[in-house]
Amino acid sequence: MALDFNQDFFELFGLQPRFQIDLAKLEQSYRDIQSRVHPDRFAHLSQAERRVSMQWATRANEAYQTLKRPLTRARYLLLLQGVHTQEETNTAMPAEFLMAQLEWREAIQDARSARDGHGLMHLETKLNRDLAEMHEELARLLDAEKNFPAAAETVRKLRFYEKLQHEIGEALESIET
Amino acid sequence: MALLQISEPGMGTAPHEHRLAVGIDLGTTNSLVATVRNGISVVINDEEGRPLLPSVVHYDRGGCAQVGYGAQTLQSQDPHNTIVSVKRFMGRGLKDIEDIGRMPYHFVDAPGMVQIRAACGIRSPVEVSAEILKVLRARGEKALGGELVGAVITVPAYFDDAQRQATKDAAKLAGLNVLRLLNEPTAAAIAYGLDNAAEGIYAVYDLGGGTFDISILRLSQGVFEVLATAGDSALGGDDFDQRVFCWALEKSNLSFVTPHDMRNLLTRAREAKEALTEHGEARMTSVLMGGETIDLTLTGDIFTDITRTLVNKTLVPTRKALRDAGLTVEQVKGVVMVGGATRMPQIQRAVAEFFRQEPLNNLDPEKVVALGAAIQANLLAGNRGADDWLLLDVIPLSLGIETMGGLTEKIIPRNSTIPVARAQEFTTFKDGQAAMSIHVVQGERELVADCRSLARFELKGIPPMVAGAARVRVTFQVDADGLLSVTAQEKASGVEASVAVKPSYGLTDEQITGMLKDSYLHAKEDVHARALREQQVDGQRLLEATQSALEENGEALLSAEERAAIDEEMARLRAALQSDNLKAIKLAVDRLNHATVEFASRRMNASIRQALTGHRIDELAAIGDQPSTKADVNSAASSKP
Ligand SMILES: Nc1ncnc2c1ncn2[C@@H]1O[C@H](COP(=O)(O)OP(=O)(O)O)[C@@H](O)[C@H]1O
Ligand SMILES: [Mg+2]
Repeated sequence: MALDFNQDFFELFGLQPRFQIDLAKLEQSYRDIQSRVHPDRFAHLSQAERRVSMQWATRANEAYQTLKRPLTRARYLLLLQGVHTQEETNTAMPAEFLMAQLEWREAIQDARSARDGHGLMHLETKLNRDLAEMHEELARLLDAEKNFPAAAETVRKLRFYEKLQHEIGEALESIET
Repeated sequence: MALLQISEPGMGTAPHEHRLAVGIDLGTTNSLVATVRNGISVVINDEEGRPLLPSVVHYDRGGCAQVGYGAQTLQSQDPHNTIVSVKRFMGRGLKDIEDIGRMPYHFVDAPGMVQIRAACGIRSPVEVSAEILKVLRARGEKALGGELVGAVITVPAYFDDAQRQATKDAAKLAGLNVLRLLNEPTAAAIAYGLDNAAEGIYAVYDLGGGTFDISILRLSQGVFEVLATAGDSALGGDDFDQRVFCWALEKSNLSFVTPHDMRNLLTRAREAKEALTEHGEARMTSVLMGGETIDLTLTGDIFTDITRTLVNKTLVPTRKALRDAGLTVEQVKGVVMVGGATRMPQIQRAVAEFFRQEPLNNLDPEKVVALGAAIQANLLAGNRGADDWLLLDVIPLSLGIETMGGLTEKIIPRNSTIPVARAQEFTTFKDGQAAMSIHVVQGERELVADCRSLARFELKGIPPMVAGAARVRVTFQVDADGLLSVTAQEKASGVEASVAVKPSYGLTDEQITGMLKDSYLHAKEDVHARALREQQVDGQRLLEATQSALEENGEALLSAEERAAIDEEMARLRAALQSDNLKAIKLAVDRLNHATVEFASRRMNASIRQALTGHRIDELAAIGDQPSTKADVNSAASSKP
């Protein structure tokens, strides 16, 4: 198998295309590759070498960032299977889920208005627990059951949770200033 | 402290093959130049043995610039023509600058960046900064006894694209080859980390004269990884001076002072502030031009009181950086203090309290950035082996574009590891729409108006299609200097528009050339001779680099014809170098660069294969300088799962 610029991210790091990956190995491979391709290695060389270096280092960063985070890793795995997660277009979420989202939003908003830092931290802990559960679900759906449509729906849900995470961050920031 | 040996100018030159490179800390208040000599990073002093160069530039009527201590003494005498803290104006428009009324300069509003009208004419902050860099470059060349291969110039981590671009332009104007723009806290982390073999999570708290940066890094096994950075590019020791100045006016019942008195009082304020670091109180006396006298005593308590909000202002970005890094203070192993303003006891106390540990003060906070920059410059110039440290830095502010209703859409989020690229597709919203304009902004806020506008460009010539049918793919690329370039392409028709972000807010190459010409009128140096010499050095270097690449794996990676094509371009360049024809050399350099693109990319592929199969470059080299063969490469690849 030829190794080239267009190979997939898992191959680039010598990993099997799975949701559950060895993060330590991912990081080690990423560092090995970056120490060879990074522009700092080529600063004194020709323009051609510097350009290739920037392209590769950019790609290695993109690949690493994609595989490091569960949401992007799952989305990417699905993409390799030809399944688009349709996060922007498919908004048909279960009513129950949407209700829960509204409750989350309200809780964050209330804590923000009350400038309740502890409350926000508490919400964050709770959110992280939910996230961990969803990651387990993804591992099951993607690696064991290979139920890609269900995995795509979980990714869409995760996307909502990421937005909540972001909102908590912003709320914490706003009450600090 | 091994790193802090200070050398004298002209202390002897480095060995032959050593490439001369320097690190430059272009500070708001003070600038420094450092280099690695005999494996040790040292600050290069001026002829009087002083390491710092005050970042002060005075222009006389003839346009002659005086830089440093000499200029500093002219400050209150000739405030309009003595520019201090020019770094605050880099890449900044008139409306961005706070306290504009309190500054003694005649500002001229210009697109993108303010300019200053001095006795000799209008100068841009880029030109003023270039004057400082020229002095440092000359100092470096004199001490090292030769022309520099290049320089690493440091910038505040929180500098945006416009500020970075302005800094790079200033370096070019000063005749420096910029090896890299390096973030100041990162430079400090390199100096500190290498010197102390540090491992773990470190914070670098850098409070200088005009900027504040906080960076969180993970140091492990020779990798310096910036996890997050935040800051305020308009907060520093100068603001503490301002508070003292305002306090002094209030205490003396004065509401208005002349520019001359203002400079004078600001200097007294700064002296009082610095004295307080060592003493419990400081006296501030001055006689103003109108005869009024000021005689006050500033105590540590009053000072702490009037500057409390400033100290707290540094903790907001600190919290943000920690959050972005996903860390808590307990996980931070050490806090490296950088910048002269961190000497203030209330800063030391606030940092100790926030991080719940005593901060690290064992490197000189004024020199550590330059020392780290020199270490990195030495690496980038190619003076070290392949098994050295790796630096992974980030972009400090999100990049985005304007969408309908003046909202921003983020394309590259802050704290992304650089280099980074993102592509985004856009479409037309009217039938037959032939052009599309794209507005690139930087910042975290939702409204475009609250972000920094970096560039506006138009993609023209979109073929007539119904609304929504055109597919315009816009690619944002941030390079290792943290500088953005944008390209756009209409996919159905292939129409391409490439924009460097520069044109709207930076200087064009023509403008830089024009400025160079102007400055040579004064320097009596021939522009053409200099350009020719630079091009010759460039060409020579390219030949050497190509030669060594060919020796390394030309045989393994190139067919006979491909090899012949490269050889031919090398011969052409060699011949051109014999002439004094600038254009011919440049053309030959471009052609050789072009001819080696495919070779460069194969070399990179081969190197990555080695990485995956677990060979290290030095192991392979140790086998006896043997170039890896094609067969090796193939078997390595096929042994993969
Ligand atoms: N002993 C001191 N006590 C308090 N502030 C100091 C002391 N020494 C220097 N400073 C302040 O540090 C700032 C300059 O720091 P420096 O790191 O040189 O800045 P920059 O990086 O902006 O050039 C100035 O505001 C100066 O007044
Ligand atoms: Mg500094």
